[in-house]
Amino acid sequence: MAKKFTLEDFLALLKKYDVEVLEDVKIDGELEIELEGSAVDLSAFTALYSLLSEFGNFLYHANMALTYLQRLSTMLGIPTPFQVQMPAISAPAPAVVPTEVVKVPEVKLPERLIEAKFEAPKVEYPGYIEEVVLGATRADGGTREYVVKLGGEKSLAFYTFDKPQPNLPAIAIDVFDRPPALAKAVKVHYEDVVGSPSEWAKKCVKKFGADMVTIHLVSTDPLLENTPASEAVKVVEDVLQAVKCPIVIGGSGNKEKDPEVLEKAAEVAEGERVMLASATLDMDWQRICEAAKKYGHVVLSWTQMDINNQKMLNRYLLKRANMPRNSIVMDPTTAALGYGLDYAFTNMERIRLSGLKGDNELNFPISSGTTNAWGAREAWMVDSPLEGDTPWGPRELRGPIWEIVTGLTLSLAGVDMFMMMHPLAVAVLKEVFNMLSGKTKGNVADAGKWIFAEV
Amino acid sequence: MKVKSPLEVYNFLPRTNCKECGYETCMSFASHILDRSAKVFDCKPLVRDAENDAKAKEKLEKLVELTSPEIAEVVVGVGSSALKIGGEEVLHRHELTFFNPTAFFYDVWDSLEDKKIDERCDRVVSYKKFYVGKYLTLDGFAVRCTSNDPKRFAEVAKKVAGYGKPMVLIALNPECMKSALEVVADQRPLIYAATEGNWKEFLKLALDYKVPVVLRAKDLNLLKSLAVTFRSAGVKDIVLDPVTEPIGEGLQGTFERVIQLRRKAILDGDKDVAYPIMVTPIAAWMIEGDEVTKAYWETVIASMFIVKYADAMIFHSIDQHVVMPTLTLRFNIYTDPRTPVQVAPGLREINNPTPDDPVFITTNFALTYYTVENDLNSAKIRGWLLVMNTEGIGVEASVAGGKFTASKVKDLINETKIGEKVKHRYLVIPGLAARLQGAIEDETGWKVLVGPIDSGRLKGWMEEKWPPKK
Ligand code: B12
Ligand code: SF4
Repeated sequence: MAKKFTLEDFLALLKKYDVEVLEDVKIDGELEIELEGSAVDLSAFTALYSLLSEFGNFLYHANMALTYLQRLSTMLGIPTPFQVQMPAISAPAPAVVPTEVVKVPEVKLPERLIEAKFEAPKVEYPGYIEEVVLGATRADGGTREYVVKLGGEKSLAFYTFDKPQPNLPAIAIDVFDRPPALAKAVKVHYEDVVGSPSEWAKKCVKKFGADMVTIHLVSTDPLLENTPASEAVKVVEDVLQAVKCPIVIGGSGNKEKDPEVLEKAAEVAEGERVMLASATLDMDWQRICEAAKKYGHVVLSWTQMDINNQKMLNRYLLKRANMPRNSIVMDPTTAALGYGLDYAFTNMERIRLSGLKGDNELNFPISSGTTNAWGAREAWMVDSPLEGDTPWGPRELRGPIWEIVTGLTLSLAGVDMFMMMHPLAVAVLKEVFNMLSGKTKGNVADAGKWIFAEV
Repeated sequence: MKVKSPLEVYNFLPRTNCKECGYETCMSFASHILDRSAKVFDCKPLVRDAENDAKAKEKLEKLVELTSPEIAEVVVGVGSSALKIGGEEVLHRHELTFFNPTAFFYDVWDSLEDKKIDERCDRVVSYKKFYVGKYLTLDGFAVRCTSNDPKRFAEVAKKVAGYGKPMVLIALNPECMKSALEVVADQRPLIYAATEGNWKEFLKLALDYKVPVVLRAKDLNLLKSLAVTFRSAGVKDIVLDPVTEPIGEGLQGTFERVIQLRRKAILDGDKDVAYPIMVTPIAAWMIEGDEVTKAYWETVIASMFIVKYADAMIFHSIDQHVVMPTLTLRFNIYTDPRTPVQVAPGLREINNPTPDDPVFITTNFALTYYTVENDLNSAKIRGWLLVMNTEGIGVEASVAGGKFTASKVKDLINETKIGEKVKHRYLVIPGLAARLQGAIEDETGWKVLVGPIDSGRLKGWMEEKWPPKK
């Protein structure tokens, strides 16, 4: 199908992110997240405060979908590209140890190895994760060029030795209907498109290889522009026109307004099988579910790091709102590396294991708001605010790796869909998923070369 | 550990409740054995009996065996910097906890000039990153023999040993390894690696010098054979390296081998492979590409195996974009999920505050508390810091979850008598607790100032807002 992505391309892509110019380095740890340039006095404006607090929310509240743009997918289609410029130091032949220096050992040394057989264990689970399809092609009454399938696992993530991994995790990139607050390293990649959600969406797909995009209708927030639902959803129509991938539609995070906004969005996206983000415990989830069922969409069930709450909300969606099982995805909340990733990882791992063990209120695909990683000061600050720390090094390199490690860790807990923002983080995670699932062939010629090589 | 209930341990104990172990009862001691916060040898009466009586000795040995970790624990290095690796019990951290954090060894090679070697070593020993109340530091060195010259290798091993950190010695040539062991064996280095080609010589070295040894083989049958052979020859301190292949199908295979080794040991209880696992992210430096690509890939490989079961790792890069994320991830994965990390609530005096200095409030979640405390110190801000007991929950979650409330603020103000220590009545609350501003003012009668969202910005905030304009 799509163009094959080679190692060269990959490396060229990575090179673009090589230590960028650091002209604006200020060692004062000043926050790069600006809100339209205004200095915000929190104590004076509660409205602005909650806007700021929404920062976490809307970066995060990006709920996305996925698919495989095989573009970046088959990345390293390389047999052995490792004719490295390393001085070839040949492995020395095992030398015979001169007998006179050897102390006579008390134990009689064996002449040959004792034979042993390693029988690899196999683990089977009684349960499975539901498969959820996002997007609808013409054949199914939509206009998408492809669909994205999430979930379907019968084993832990990438345990292909237990069961094949039916679908790889998909990546959706966040798009906003108003200029958002972004860390600088992220912002530079979207500066040219922030004014136009449809151009923005195109860039995510064409340039950065997103499987899907999420359009966040943040401007509907009553504390911001308070755009009426009927007007806000025009952006959804634009985006559906601009890109042909499955899409996710997010609200502003406002509990009162979101049901109305998502209902309207469901209507204009009729037949496209989008994901509506999100239904939460403290809002009118029923209304969102009704809209999803009426127009054939998927609902994201979002709870805040609590397996029991997740189970409860899923149960409501299933039993009270009668959502079909193939139309629910869960977001159990993502915390960044160093800022609660341990909780997020364990919460998701427990949810996934419960699903595999047969808990049919928890066996849905998992989505992660990985963009949250940019909330960690290690990702965006120019340098450590603490004197004792070894200098933190260029943030251009720290930021993306913070998003990568956050996402990678959670992928091992079972995440099926990532909502992300930094293009390099997107590219690297795709590569990892392809390799772990066996889609990327190739290997290094000699895995022991590092032992002797002068790196 | 084989025993599953405290009662099973209790049956082996003297059952006198003599308290010598520091616990009130033998039963309590038994339950601490089970969660591994106490060691069998802490029961002194039991040890004394064993010294005098063969039967008691047998009983003690049996108990040690029954309570020993599923994965063998291996010590690398000596003295206060010695590292324990392995010793794990479970496959998923929520089932208990992971115990000994993956040991990070950093690359030094002997064909590097001495000055460069010192530079690298200095950087490793002086590295620190503040996190949750303490500095994270790096564990040790991996000294590679790239010269293939026994003399040079020994010289460099000795030099690096001078930095006082645990070491892995890396050479497949037994002659080189022997020459280094001659000078640093007393530092208890981990020797890397016995392979199908050199195992006889390495077995001899491990026995002669009493050092822990890494066995390296991609074929798990062979790896197990090596382990069984070494064990039956008397080598107990074994580490398994199933060979790290950095990319493509190789990486997929590595993932499978590491997971299967650990599952075999824990699910099937196969003692022949129940040893710590070595993974070598440094192998990423053998792929093609620029330095950033390689360093990123090294971080990717390391992260994957910090989450899944590596007990020791060899890194090449000492750059922050490799070191910082991997150190942080290791900390996160290895924190004990059973206890939220928290500090004692109460009042802290920061930089000898005067009665005119501001009063701040934060939570007793360790990550929050130490971040705030350090930000205040670094910015040289004098002030009074109230620490609220939110049961180890951070600001935003405790506000949302009802553990940070106006009435608890009032109680804390009363308990700490902060009103007697300052002349003003201004309380600075975290930006993320802004919604409590009115409620706290109503409850306490203090004027509440909403601080910045991140305590790292308190310095700028203070310049503008303190002292408050009447
Ligand atoms: C980890 C986490 C948890 C963990 C908590 C672990 C812990 N020990 O704290 C767990 C899983 C237990 C948890 C539970 C809940 N959580 Co929670 N959680 C998070 C998460 C992911 C990270 C929070 C964190 O640790 N931050 C790092 C610490 C260091 O930050 P901090 O404490 O705020 O401190 C900083 C600032 O506040 C400031 N600061 C601190 N003190 C001071 C003092 C002064 C004077 C100043 C000026 C500044 C200042 O500087 C510090 C350094 O930057 C966030 C989402 C996110 N990505 O931020 C959600 C989040 C905070 N949780 C949330 C919620 C709703 C909850 C729950 C209520 C969910 C539920 N329904 O059960 C519960 C409540 C728990 C309880 N019983 O109280 C929401 C809060 C939404 C809101 N704004 O109201 C968040 C934002 C998630 C979300 N987007 O919805 N959570
Ligand atoms: S020292 Fe031994 S005998 Fe004494 S209380 Fe502790 S466990 Fe019981």
